[in-house]
Amino acid sequence: MKILVALKRVADPANHNKVKIPAAGDKIDTAGLEWQINPFDLYALETALRLTEDGKAPKTRLGEVVAVTLGPAETETNLRSALATGADRAIRVDTTDDALDGRLVAAALQKLVEEEKPDLVLMGKQVVDGENNYVGQALAELLDWPMATFAATIKEEAGGLLVGREVDGGVSTLRVKFPAVVTVDLRIVAPDSVRSSKTAEGFKYPYEEVRFAPLPAIMQAKKKPLAVKKLADLVGGATLSSKYVKFEAPPARKAGVKVKDVQELVQKLATEAKAI
Amino acid sequence: MADILVVAELTADGKVRKTTHSAITLAKLAQPALGGSFSILVLGASAKAAAAELTGFGAAKILACEDPSLANYVAEHYAPTVAAVGKGFGLVVACASSFGKDLMPRVAAKLDAAYAGDCSGVSVNGTQVVFKRPMFAGNAFGHVQLGTAIQVATARQSEFEPAAPSGGSSPIEAVAKVAPGAAASRVEFVSLEAVKSARPDLGEAGVVVAGGRAMKEKFFDVLNPLADTLGAAIGASRAACDAGYAPGDLQVGQTGKIVAPGLYFAIGISGAIQHIAGMKGSKTIVAINKDAEAPIFQLADYGLVADLFQAVPALVEDLKKHKAQKG
Repeated sequence: MKILVALKRVADPANHNKVKIPAAGDKIDTAGLEWQINPFDLYALETALRLTEDGKAPKTRLGEVVAVTLGPAETETNLRSALATGADRAIRVDTTDDALDGRLVAAALQKLVEEEKPDLVLMGKQVVDGENNYVGQALAELLDWPMATFAATIKEEAGGLLVGREVDGGVSTLRVKFPAVVTVDLRIVAPDSVRSSKTAEGFKYPYEEVRFAPLPAIMQAKKKPLAVKKLADLVGGATLSSKYVKFEAPPARKAGVKVKDVQELVQKLATEAKAI
Repeated sequence: MADILVVAELTADGKVRKTTHSAITLAKLAQPALGGSFSILVLGASAKAAAAELTGFGAAKILACEDPSLANYVAEHYAPTVAAVGKGFGLVVACASSFGKDLMPRVAAKLDAAYAGDCSGVSVNGTQVVFKRPMFAGNAFGHVQLGTAIQVATARQSEFEPAAPSGGSSPIEAVAKVAPGAAASRVEFVSLEAVKSARPDLGEAGVVVAGGRAMKEKFFDVLNPLADTLGAAIGASRAACDAGYAPGDLQVGQTGKIVAPGLYFAIGISGAIQHIAGMKGSKTIVAINKDAEAPIFQLADYGLVADLFQAVPALVEDLKKHKAQKG
């Protein structure tokens, strides 16, 4: 199986409360924030690795995983870390965040997919900065491929995947045939959420979330192929169609109070907040 | 001048979901910019019956696409019809439920339309609709204008008051299902395992009681009596879901459900940024936690530093007393 994993660099979500918006409201000031791969995209990478191994011998790759990002040269650090965790090669589309919107990302990925011809495209269900939840579905439509969004479980079958999706009020299960696009949700990285055709019955990963690259792998990753492409070569002269005209911070909540016991809480909820 | 199309969402048994009413509200707020009317598209195996539920909201017309193959929602079967109908409109909207989030980007791509997902507000700037969107886990809002001939947007349910019937009776018109593309032949609906609950829907409840990992296996033992007393929906932190104490569809947060009830209880929840992003719009927030330094106390209107296993049963007793006194 050949899998293309789309990764986006985002400001560290643990520091999102440090996001600053200048008084002019013309941009989001990301200075001082640390950059890392979007957590959901890291889960997609972990999913790709699990689908191309039997679990017991993770060094024996049973397929090819290509990591892709769109961004400036610094994002090669993120691609190298994807290579160190097990991706086979990487592609960077040279551009900057402010030159992109969802439509351009989907269009660029469409061209890359047409060149690479993977069986499966994986990515996170959303990026934690822009939170638009758009690219995976749009890419599937542009390719006229089936999709399964918000995947919480994946089981490989002959010629496709059985995908359990977390939806409002329950779990929806879809069967998709390759080639397909799958976007992943949080619980896809539970120890037994992903089963490739080679995963042994009852096998569970001994860790939650994602694997870490051992030091020798980090050294070896420097030798793995990393190609750079120009955005214009993929999307031609297409330009931005979403324009952010203003940013603002959320209104501050007024400071709350501590209550001494349950009785005081109920009394305040009844008489002050009039909430009960 | 351009018209707006609202894509209705149906429940598994073919009724109009309340999410639809929030999408109607977004459409009504955007109307002054586009200057036209709004219509509603209903898709499903019994779309005509559902369409009849929507005739009193002031829509120019209700379009009903009824086809047995639409009994179970699958994006690849729905998107071609939504896009074909949407071609005649300037803005196509739905609620940002898992249905709208799954379907509408696909529709946007088919229409070559720019997309604003999970909007928390809309404003009008001349003939432009400006979509307000939460970003960075609710730590910033962006106001975005879309530059394509057709625009597509979804409404965050908790931020748009559900539209109330305004009278009138919109005509219902049947529309034929558009033949799906190659994608549809490679996807098969297998099942929808709905979690049966007598409680109100998490996204629509007036009161939410949410628990964290500290509840351990006692999660529902602790929260059920409180939810029963308050008529509340139950929510959970990501940590509680990841640990398996609560099912994933109860998760409140940036990566789960976004809720904004009148009253929110965060019990044994420390207040990670991603959880706060899912509930900070709540009108009144109560936090109960034994760690006085927990970040949730910075957000809560009322904080109680206490052991939840003692405080919650005591709270249930006191609420019952309060209810009895109130009559």
